[in-house]
Amino acid sequence: MTDIGFVRSHLVEARPAPVRTSGLVAWTRKNLFATPLDTILTLLGAWFLVWAVPPLFNFIIANAVPPGALPEACKAPGAGACWAYVWSEMEFFIYGFYDIPEQWRPNIVFALGAALLIPLLMPKAPFKRTNAVLFLVVFPVVSYFLLHGGVFGLRVIPTEKWGGLLVTLIISVVGITLSFPLGILLALGRQSKLPIIKSVCVAFIELIRAVPLITILFMASIMLPLFMPQGTSVDKLLRALVGVTLFTSAYMAEVVRGGLQAIPRGQYEAASALGLGYWQRMFFIILPQALKHVIPGIVNSFISLFKDTSLVYIVGMKDLLEAVKTKNDSAIEWQAPNTATTGYLFAAAVFWIFCFSMSRYSRFIEARLNTGYKR
Amino acid sequence: MTIMNTRQDAAPQVSFINDPVIRGIIYQVVAAVVLVVFFVWIINNTATNLAAQNKSTGFEFLWAPSGFDISFKVLEYSRSSSYFQTLLVGITNTLLVAFLGIIFATILGFTIGVARLSSNFIISSLATVYVETIRNIPLLLQLFFWYFAVLASMPAVRNSYELPLGSFINKRGIYIPRPTPDEQFAFVWIAIAIAIVAILALRFWAMRRLEATGKRFPVFFSSLGLLLVIVGGIWFFSGADLAFEVPTLQGLNFRGGVQLPPELVALLFGLSIYTASFIAEIVRAGIQAVSRGQTEAADSLGLRENDRLRLVIVPQAMRVIIPPLTSQYLNLTKNSSLGAAIGYPELFNVFGSTALNQSSRAIECISITMLVYLTFSLITSAIMNWYNARVSLVER
Repeated sequence: MTDIGFVRSHLVEARPAPVRTSGLVAWTRKNLFATPLDTILTLLGAWFLVWAVPPLFNFIIANAVPPGALPEACKAPGAGACWAYVWSEMEFFIYGFYDIPEQWRPNIVFALGAALLIPLLMPKAPFKRTNAVLFLVVFPVVSYFLLHGGVFGLRVIPTEKWGGLLVTLIISVVGITLSFPLGILLALGRQSKLPIIKSVCVAFIELIRAVPLITILFMASIMLPLFMPQGTSVDKLLRALVGVTLFTSAYMAEVVRGGLQAIPRGQYEAASALGLGYWQRMFFIILPQALKHVIPGIVNSFISLFKDTSLVYIVGMKDLLEAVKTKNDSAIEWQAPNTATTGYLFAAAVFWIFCFSMSRYSRFIEARLNTGYKR
Repeated sequence: MTIMNTRQDAAPQVSFINDPVIRGIIYQVVAAVVLVVFFVWIINNTATNLAAQNKSTGFEFLWAPSGFDISFKVLEYSRSSSYFQTLLVGITNTLLVAFLGIIFATILGFTIGVARLSSNFIISSLATVYVETIRNIPLLLQLFFWYFAVLASMPAVRNSYELPLGSFINKRGIYIPRPTPDEQFAFVWIAIAIAIVAILALRFWAMRRLEATGKRFPVFFSSLGLLLVIVGGIWFFSGADLAFEVPTLQGLNFRGGVQLPPELVALLFGLSIYTASFIAEIVRAGIQAVSRGQTEAADSLGLRENDRLRLVIVPQAMRVIIPPLTSQYLNLTKNSSLGAAIGYPELFNVFGSTALNQSSRAIECISITMLVYLTFSLITSAIMNWYNARVSLVER
């Protein structure tokens, strides 16, 4: 390749020292106007910002109708986002059709969940083990009886009445806590050397991952009652939970498998040499290392599960998105050009806050656990 | 569980229950028995339930007339068509939206992914905001937003917005011109085929010469020239004509052109924008995975900028990008099933839902739907695995 290589015949002249390497001017020159192409891109970007940001700002804040205003304000020409509508329907968005005098029950569940979850997420908080047992075992039982009722003179509120953010959170918390161990078991099964167990796990994982969640949910809602002995009725919420959990655990299994494959054989051999049995080997040596490797993947699965809860309306559950859509279509007095957009903006903001904080938290944990790989 | 090679001839005597081989067999037998019992129980229950509801089973219903129409279809279909044709319409509608969606999402995703790595502060920040916003909002919500909030607030047919190239957008969707080639145009197609063959031959010859002599040949520009001369010449001499039937407003609706219904537009928009945010991250990770030393090495070899990208950086980045990109393509195809929620007649909507309700063959319809998606998945991953194997690093 003679024409693409060359040999220098003389040295390049030394360049003068850069005039300035810090400060506003140097920063703009480096980050905005480094090359002619960069300058064009900067101008295009600036044009886009000028085109997009002021109308957005006007719509969301400046021309918006604040909470507490009357429906007429939203119908006025030139009115922006109708936050008054979101504010007045907030109760429905959070609790669905849950009986209004009984709303203290979900409130206690929310408060209890937050009180147990926050210290669990803080690495420095004490009593981790007690906390985890309380959150994973005691809290679900207490919540179920609080929400459903039927004990201690609490009125029974059937799951058909639950709705809104309450259902979104229930499905995601239950889905996350159940699919995590199930996914680990499936991953271990897939790595196992026992042919029957291995092929069952592979078949399950591949089949579930190949089809859309919507068909799994539909199957859970239509086929589950057919599979059960005659006369048993399966609660709709339970059907949705089964579908979401099975679906996520297949994805979780593949994430965990990636972590397992990253563990060098020597670790397995060392653990065997110590005389540990299979489960001891896995739980004390392999899994802690494997899971640490794949935290981003695990959190990604959790985030997609949280987003996927919005699909449970297929089986007739009323989650947050369904609540917002129902009110967008049915709240006659609020009908205005921007009502639907505002409703969806609100739902999007709620989902975004949950998902974004999950991904930030995973970054934090990742950095904290990054013990062995710091250079 | 180690089964093989752990036992030597004079193995120390262990308790029967602690022998890993025996244990493995016991576990497997237990698992197999539990599974068989479970399936027998389920099949038994299902049979009893179906018998109690007086429902028949079997696939002969596929040839019965379906009795319902489908609003948007690529294939011929009417009320009297069979359920099997319903299935075909569903499959083609799904493939149409998946194919277009994959193209749009790939273009948008690569652009955003590269933009996120740009040294330009404004461009990279815009790309970051896009990715972090779109990724963290459920796809279904975005579909609802496009369909019920944006497209529903488009003007009525009479006041349609005019788009470039004779297209229009209104409440009823997007109208684009329809290309209407005349009979002579067949020659142009043949010319295009000849030009492509000629370009491939030229490329092959140029590579051979480059490897033998080190002399370069301007392949790109000569290919462009070949294409223009062959295709343009035949187009001109054959007198072929390619007209465009522009949609025009007549009375209450547009005549001519192709109408893309709002369901399709919303689904395409939502799917492409959502998937692009994931593809952008994959592209960014792939480019970042190529170590800086490779750029420096290419520079010190004296490679030109475009040679450096084409021969050194992109091939190595593609190796990292292809496997996760495959899963995104699969996800997009599977996510097209959400079109059911906004009324786009894709596979799940027409077969897993409408046909199921009409025929009340729940098990058959759901299993066929799942089987079709399974086939899509297998084909996509087979193609991508083949490509992956082609580009992967050959190690010891």
